[in-house]
Amino acid sequence: MKYLGLLWAGLFRRRTRTVLTLASIAIAFLLFALLRSIIDGFLGGVQLVGADRLIVSPRYSIVDPLPLSYQQRIQSAPGVVDATMANWFGGRYQDPRNFFPKHPVDPRAYFNMYSELIISPEQLEAFANTRSGTVVPRSLAERFGWKIGDRIPIEADIWPKPGGDRLWEFDVVGIYDGPPDEAPPDTMLINFAYFDEAREFSKGTVGWFIVRVADPNAAGDVARSIDALFANSANETRTSTEAEFQAAFLKQVGDIGLIMSGILGAVFFTILLLTGNTMAQAFRERIPEVAVLKTLGFSNFSVLGLMLGEAILLSLVAALIGMGIAVLIAPGIAKAIGNILPNFSIAPQTLLGGVGLAVLLGIVTGIFPALQGMRLTIVEALRRN
Amino acid sequence: MSESLVRVEKVSKSYTRGKEKIEVLRELSMNVPKGDFLALMGPSGSGKTTLLNLLGGLDHPTTGSITIGGERIDSLSERDLARWRAGHVGFVFQFYNLLPVLSAQRNVELPLLLTKLSSRARAEHAATALEIVGLRDRAKHKPNELSGGQQQRVAIARALVSDPMLLVCDEPTGDLDRATADEILHLLQLLNREHGKTVIMVTHDPKAAEFAQHVVHLDKGVLVESLT
Repeated sequence: MKYLGLLWAGLFRRRTRTVLTLASIAIAFLLFALLRSIIDGFLGGVQLVGADRLIVSPRYSIVDPLPLSYQQRIQSAPGVVDATMANWFGGRYQDPRNFFPKHPVDPRAYFNMYSELIISPEQLEAFANTRSGTVVPRSLAERFGWKIGDRIPIEADIWPKPGGDRLWEFDVVGIYDGPPDEAPPDTMLINFAYFDEAREFSKGTVGWFIVRVADPNAAGDVARSIDALFANSANETRTSTEAEFQAAFLKQVGDIGLIMSGILGAVFFTILLLTGNTMAQAFRERIPEVAVLKTLGFSNFSVLGLMLGEAILLSLVAALIGMGIAVLIAPGIAKAIGNILPNFSIAPQTLLGGVGLAVLLGIVTGIFPALQGMRLTIVEALRRN
Repeated sequence: MSESLVRVEKVSKSYTRGKEKIEVLRELSMNVPKGDFLALMGPSGSGKTTLLNLLGGLDHPTTGSITIGGERIDSLSERDLARWRAGHVGFVFQFYNLLPVLSAQRNVELPLLLTKLSSRARAEHAATALEIVGLRDRAKHKPNELSGGQQQRVAIARALVSDPMLLVCDEPTGDLDRATADEILHLLQLLNREHGKTVIMVTHDPKAAEFAQHVVHLDKGVLVESLT
């Protein structure tokens, strides 16, 4: 700790340069905290789902539908307790920014499958008996001010009605909740029978099947036996856990993790070059000072430690500033993107990872100047003064 | 003659520049008594600074031995030599070589960072050293807020603060006007006479050399004249 003052003072030898470098690194760590949290937000959603359910989806692409008739064959597969189906509806409510998933489902079978969802028996019955009915999660109802009895217009982007009519209207017949200790559900559920009858094409097909297995430990065997049922058919299947399915679904948009990691990689590579150059420049300017420290009795390793410590201090301070800003603005961001990413928050492990990354950045950018400082001979350095 | 603090025996120092070998010091021997104030004079390239660097433990001789305070320093490892410098020798340079980002007080405290002294004790020692050089009231000032003479006084305080037996000064007045130079030389004289410090000073300036008890002349790496 007694060297902290010396390190701190050394950092501000060139105040403007240090402030600009600090700002650059701080922005990199601000991005790190936010993008890492977005990745975690996506994965967090994946990890909430149960392990005793499997998803049977088209083997090659989510846009290739599966015949509804598969459901009976899946239900009869060994180890399968129950099966139901769902579809992707897409569509827009008022504004394209009002994104939320909309799934046509078999009402009773769906709520039976997702027994953790909470809905009153009367509302479920109304959902099953109202062809244009919809049940919405409480989060959506509160966000848009919906109540039972409202009619929700959705403009279709994938599924027009015959004749090209893209306006679908659904009557809110119920509001459901998720388990209290999990992220709130965000999916508007539509009656599949109405959807299938009213859509222009692909009737009798579904997006995916949801399967409950008797023994989660045997889920792998069940998945293989389901896929074997449809092997070499026109519509081969790929059975996976819900987590895998959601991850694969996100990959239809793009590998979110890879994209984010790519952005972060580019940012940190730039920062590495920038900070490395700054540290090298700072070292060249301070050769006489290093010589003086050695003259006073600082050993080669003390000089190495001091110079490395200065680089680490610079990146740590910047990282704390950047991640501090991220923590401060995170609630606002969470509110803004809550409809797409309800699990967005900056986790302590993200911050800890950031601290580790900052130390690593300091070591990488500081090690070469520090080694030069360590190897510097006093006489040679004083001669350069 | 009083007890020798510095014993230099047949010291040679050579450098290699490309394929050329340059002999800077040639089998030089000398003794410096404890409590002496010695001026090293000679033309440029005569080996004064090289000898001073060897006596201060900043470099190793090519051959020969250097004993200071009874300890052979020519055979010490880099690490041990650094430790020896921290405890036994204070340096004063021509261009002061203060750290510009630190206050006078913090510059003086620098050598004490290598000790186990507490923060308060370090501050007290530094304050005492600044008091000796007459700059206690400028302790909070940074080097660029001080005159050249004041900066050199701070450098002397830094050299003194760990209470070394030997002060090694390389052209300490080379960057100062006559009046300021005389003040600095009086200060070195005071440290020599009243605080018992052995002072070895390289200088080109005959007036500066007059402040020393002894003057040694070097030329082409050998002692050519010794005056008392």
